[in-house]
Amino acid sequence: MINLTPPLNTADIKKLRAGDKVLITGTLFTARDQAHQRLVKEQNPAFSLDGAIIYYVGPTPARPGEIIGASGPTSSYRMDNLSVPLMERGVKMMIGKGDRSEAFQKAMIANNAVYMIATGGAGALLSSKIKSVKVIMYSDLGTEAVHALEVEAFPCFVAYDVHGNSIFKGGSIS
Amino acid sequence: MRLINANKVSEIIKDALIKINYELDNSLVTMLKKAKDKERSTLSKSILDDILQNQEIAKSRKAPLCQDTGVAVIFVEHGLDVRIDGNLYEAINTGVRLAYDEGYLRKSVVKHPFNRENTKDNTPAIIHTKLVEGDKVTFKIASKGAGSENMSKVVMLTPADGIDGVKKLVLDTVFDAGGKPCPPIIVGIGIGGNFEKSAMLAKEAILRDLEDSSDDPLIRSLENELLAEINALGVGPMGVGGETTCLAVKINTFPMHIASLPVAINIQCHSARHLEVVL
Ligand code: SF4
Repeated sequence: MINLTPPLNTADIKKLRAGDKVLITGTLFTARDQAHQRLVKEQNPAFSLDGAIIYYVGPTPARPGEIIGASGPTSSYRMDNLSVPLMERGVKMMIGKGDRSEAFQKAMIANNAVYMIATGGAGALLSSKIKSVKVIMYSDLGTEAVHALEVEAFPCFVAYDVHGNSIFKGGSIS
Repeated sequence: MRLINANKVSEIIKDALIKINYELDNSLVTMLKKAKDKERSTLSKSILDDILQNQEIAKSRKAPLCQDTGVAVIFVEHGLDVRIDGNLYEAINTGVRLAYDEGYLRKSVVKHPFNRENTKDNTPAIIHTKLVEGDKVTFKIASKGAGSENMSKVVMLTPADGIDGVKKLVLDTVFDAGGKPCPPIIVGIGIGGNFEKSAMLAKEAILRDLEDSSDDPLIRSLENELLAEINALGVGPMGVGGETTCLAVKINTFPMHIASLPVAINIQCHSARHLEVVL
């Protein structure tokens, strides 16, 4: 078990191997399909991309008295192309589910970044690791807005590491 | 003629959608527990453990199991000797609207393929109606997420492709999908009919009782063989490798043209949320 706190640097990333379980404590920034389309064109995002962790999630609405609803990962492959410019601008870690393209994997290695998976469909469990939530960009996108999530011991697994290893057994491209 | 109040329809749709999004079926939980015991690596065990813990948290906190609370899919089998007092489609959509609002479920439906504007109440539901004998109305109610739906397909095979062709198609589809549809999955297969009928058969197949099997001996053995062969692929929970990729294979068939062998594969993730209600 490895504990990590963002912002992350290249040394943090190099230590990780596919299959490692990691617990993250600190800030995750959420972004999925529509937020990615906007983020890549953004000159001054509301958070620093340098060393940042992006989590692919669109949570369910919070019940009164709670801070967020179910918050598990969405499939990452839809963000493959749009992730590349974000890694070039410093994003070090992406958390989602499922395998991704070879082009993504190459760009990830070239940028010393890492791809993680969290357990898909475990939205209730993962939301219990979130301690605070703030919408920081694109509030018009609702669930797809960029949220800053403060997490404590958020569990995920290294899926692709910078040494070229993959966690996956299936998938069309890996 | 028996009359059913349209409000009653909205009410059962609402209640069912909320319930299925908070609670997994007991037989599914039992299968997931068995799958966890069978896994040999700590990684695949740990993923199944997350899934099992998740359903306990969701149930006790009345929270959605998954953030993708899906599109509502409703199959209606409408008896000829019963009438719904009001507009059936509106009654169903009212139930959907209430469920997604009052149950704090995610509204995941957009109006248009390209401007992607959210309808904000998760309507319209996808509704399929069928006329049947009798004075009852059966509703098969499901919340279907996109992760697994996006990995589904319809292929027009030729009769000469036969059973081997169908098997190869199913195995390739599941392998290529990898971890994306959140395995362990349930695979619904529709064979026959025509292009659209095969897709309907596949969708209905995933709504079947988890523990049943086909009445047709040839199809039953194909279900069993495919289950074993899919699991031999080793894709495993969330694609990380392991013993269980698939919990059940369900095949529904229908007569078809002499020149055709349509095959539809509808993938259902482990968050298999559906319920049948009879009015
Ligand atoms: S595939 Fe199913 S379990 Fe996975 S995120 Fe989608 S709805 Fe949830």
